[in-house]
Amino acid sequence: MAVTKLFGAAVKRREDPRLITGRGNFTDHVRLPGTLVMAIKRSPHAHARIVRIDTSKARAMRGVVAVYTGQDLADKLAPVPCAWLIPDSDLKVPPYRAVAVDKVRYVGDAVAVVVAENRYIAQDAVDAIDVEYEPLPAVVDQEKALEPGAPQLYDEVPNNLAFHWKLHAGDFDAAWNAAEVRLSRRLVNHRLIPTAMEPRGALAAFNPGTGELTIWCTSQNPHVHRLLLSAVTGLPETQIRVIATDVGGGFGSKIPMYAGEMIAAAISKELGRPIKWIETRQENYVATIHGRDHIQYVDIAAKRDGTITAVRVRAYANMGAYLSTAAPGVPTWLFGLMLQGAYAIPVVHCDVYGVLTNTTPTDAYRGAGRPEATYLLERMIDILARELGMDPTEIRRKNFIPKDKFPYTTPTGLQYDSGDYEATLDRALELVDYRTLRQQQAELRQRGRYIGIGFSTYVEVCGLAPSQAAGAMGFQGGLWESATVRVHPTGKVTVFTGSNPHGQGEETTFAQLVADELGVPFEDVEIVHGDTEMVPFGMGTYGSRSTAVGGAALVHACRKVKEKAQRIAAHLLEVSPEDLAFENGRFFVKGAPDRGMTFQEVALQAYLAWKLPRDIEPGLEATHFFDPVNNTFPFGCHICVVEVDPETGKVDFLEYVAVDDVGNVINPMIVDGQVHGGIAQGLAQAVYEFAAYDQNGQLLTASLMDYAIPKASMLPAFTVDRTVTPTPVNPMGVKGAGETGTIASTPAVVNAVIDALAPFGIEHIDMPLTPERIWRAVRERSA
Amino acid sequence: MYPSTFTYYRAGSVQEALKLLVENPDAKLLAGGHSLIPAMKLRLATPSALIDISRIPELAGIRDAGDRIVIGAMTRYDDIRRSDLVQRVLPILPEAIDVIGDLQVRNMGTIGGSLAHADPAADLPAVVLALGAELKAVGPNGERTIPADQFFVDLFTTALQANEILTEIAIPKPPARTGMSYQKFANPASGYAVVGVAAVVPLGEDGKVSAVRVGVTGAGPYAVRRENVEQALVGKEPTAEAIEAASQLASEGMNFNSDIFASEEYRAHLTRVFTKRALTRAVERARG
Repeated sequence: MAVTKLFGAAVKRREDPRLITGRGNFTDHVRLPGTLVMAIKRSPHAHARIVRIDTSKARAMRGVVAVYTGQDLADKLAPVPCAWLIPDSDLKVPPYRAVAVDKVRYVGDAVAVVVAENRYIAQDAVDAIDVEYEPLPAVVDQEKALEPGAPQLYDEVPNNLAFHWKLHAGDFDAAWNAAEVRLSRRLVNHRLIPTAMEPRGALAAFNPGTGELTIWCTSQNPHVHRLLLSAVTGLPETQIRVIATDVGGGFGSKIPMYAGEMIAAAISKELGRPIKWIETRQENYVATIHGRDHIQYVDIAAKRDGTITAVRVRAYANMGAYLSTAAPGVPTWLFGLMLQGAYAIPVVHCDVYGVLTNTTPTDAYRGAGRPEATYLLERMIDILARELGMDPTEIRRKNFIPKDKFPYTTPTGLQYDSGDYEATLDRALELVDYRTLRQQQAELRQRGRYIGIGFSTYVEVCGLAPSQAAGAMGFQGGLWESATVRVHPTGKVTVFTGSNPHGQGEETTFAQLVADELGVPFEDVEIVHGDTEMVPFGMGTYGSRSTAVGGAALVHACRKVKEKAQRIAAHLLEVSPEDLAFENGRFFVKGAPDRGMTFQEVALQAYLAWKLPRDIEPGLEATHFFDPVNNTFPFGCHICVVEVDPETGKVDFLEYVAVDDVGNVINPMIVDGQVHGGIAQGLAQAVYEFAAYDQNGQLLTASLMDYAIPKASMLPAFTVDRTVTPTPVNPMGVKGAGETGTIASTPAVVNAVIDALAPFGIEHIDMPLTPERIWRAVRERSA
Repeated sequence: MYPSTFTYYRAGSVQEALKLLVENPDAKLLAGGHSLIPAMKLRLATPSALIDISRIPELAGIRDAGDRIVIGAMTRYDDIRRSDLVQRVLPILPEAIDVIGDLQVRNMGTIGGSLAHADPAADLPAVVLALGAELKAVGPNGERTIPADQFFVDLFTTALQANEILTEIAIPKPPARTGMSYQKFANPASGYAVVGVAAVVPLGEDGKVSAVRVGVTGAGPYAVRRENVEQALVGKEPTAEAIEAASQLASEGMNFNSDIFASEEYRAHLTRVFTKRALTRAVERARG
């Protein structure tokens, strides 16, 4: 039987039938007898002192089992943890109570908790709790929060400044003084709401008999949540089991440890009954993290020929009211390290001010820091090109890190693994037929129609990360990944991975890897993830790391298994292991292909152990912990073509071409899907999505009626292509594809719109490019 | 997303529904439910009872009544959209229904529910204004007919009394050489009209505008007719210049809504632009 190589095959996602037909096992699907329902009373004020909480009416309601205030839970739960303690930044981590005790600091801050027989009663009881507040002045804008006299969120955080982080490489002043061209601009990278399809939730079941807590929850990283839950509840890790098998999307928003899950755990322990808490969409919008929200001041020094000699950035990052779990690392390391992008810029200076405001906390959202850096750079390079009268493609070529310079060490110390940036630009230009498109653009302008062509030639960092580097950056954990490969006596295989896919399709791609490595049928490979009782400690899925790091752990574990199987086969065939070849799932003697054993026969012998030599243990399984030696650096070129209606300001998408290089590709269909979804999200930031607060800190976009996530009809068809430059960092040569689309697309779209508006003399409009903003810009210039 | 407690009644006839309304003064009538139920889930609406009138047989269906087409108030959007009669005689209805919500909304939502709810950004109020529809209401004191022009009186407020039920929408058949169009600028989040303009333009044999009606939704607190625009066009050759000039009047004397997506000033501008676009398209169609 010939076994087809699955690496590179567009195998259909095996998780889809169950998800599409409603047979998934999401947190809210899990039902346990005796479960009570929990609901959270949230602050309607952005900033207020809690004067008094009257829970008597709620407690008296039929079907209400318990009501807790912050005071009631204060000694049962440690504060919500922050686990990225960036060094040398004077970082201040103010206490983040799961339920506020004396003060609320954003609309959505928890003030009380109800436990009831059902969700309807719980909501009635939440409404019946009477909280008296003393409202305080609120501040939502990070620059205003730093001004003298601004409302202060914490006594212990003067001026609301949580940290000031610096990354300086090279002599900026010298470069600036020597520059032939100097550009300074202020750019806004506005706030977004991740909007995973499944909101967050938890079912916490404490067993008073054994003292064990099992918690089903919406987690991208179950082991990390187990560790953090242990820290906040005081239960030993060994007594906590976190299960998150089907999770309906995360985009980073399900990495942090949140109040809701912590409270459910503590109350289940207190009452000895299962407690279920599922967010509403409105709660999801106020109480799950938001993303982005930077104000950036950028200085670019360049020569007249377009060569960029230095970039300096002063960024104000809105952290929200509290520091979420990974929040300090996002606008600092994940942003500052990428500020040279795909270009050989020798001097990079970055200062980031992390500011606390009366808004929902921000944290990692798809791309996390890298979109903010890429947008800034790709926008500025277009502005520079226009200043110099250069074509946007020429200025990019001028500055690209040439392909013979890899591995390339950036001024701030990253080592770009591999790349050929110009090849992706060339291929994308070919796909859009750039020359013809520019001609059409000129002709249409004569007729009063405004077509724009926008570029983004990005590089990003994936495959997070070497643990030593994580430690140096203050991340409170390693960033390796684990895999156990267990071969059963029949030769069927179960994989236990520390990655926790929640939409990325690794149940399929990982099975493809195993089928190839062990020569077993794809159907014989089962992938288990998301249960801390079953899989070895793992770090989880985020930062486009699962295949590059988790997949690598898996391949290494498979190779350990195969090596042992080969020794067993050699013993049984009475040859030495080196004399054996392995093909199509069968070991055989080199030169005598008739003498051999299938992998399945070897597996059976490994378990029977009747004929094993003393130095080979029975059984056939292996575990590998893979700590990458470097990150991976996918790159590519995205081109967006739009038409802008100057009469209304509406943007229509005519074409979108993405040429990405994510290294080798295991499943092209899944990678295409990741790219499509990423482009949709990044494009939406450019023109549709924005979170808006009023000056009192009320979130004005707290529902899908107000917050515009893109629908299919609002997106163009995507033309997706790839170049392949494998990475040397892992055995498969894969780089990661989860965030490329989001990182690349936002500036491509904005650059396209601004290009379309060039005849009006418009050089920049801050995102989101809503029709009204575009209309106003056109009107101002036409007046 | 968890409504407070309410009682559910399903009425089998208009008379039964009227009786239930008297018995439950705090009740709400339930039609397709695509506005009311979300409001209840958010506890923005907390009626003590719902009276479901969506399955009353006499309230659904489309019939040809000679010089008028009569549409039952509980006729679902999609049934109107797919009606041969409507497609032939009142093509502006399918054109507008195509841009309402999504497939689920169009399958469940009803014309009467939308009109009686009078959401300031709903599409059909502009259309019935432009078509010169008459709306029939039945109450304890019998029935009466309300012209569309007098039906929408304020934000979420119509000329209906609390104890009345909207039963049918009668639309006069347009004369030959009539073109009609609904042009909408949709909010990207909700899909509702930021501005929606419906125009119905009959041309005389001389090719001039013999009569015209323009309805605007989304822009202000309730849908309005734009008689000033109409007067500027009647009796004129519908040239691009004439349409442009008439459309400039579309925003005069109106109150505009303002929100995070579109300011008053921008809505006023869009009202002029979409009036022009709806008139232009309607005239093109009238000319065949």
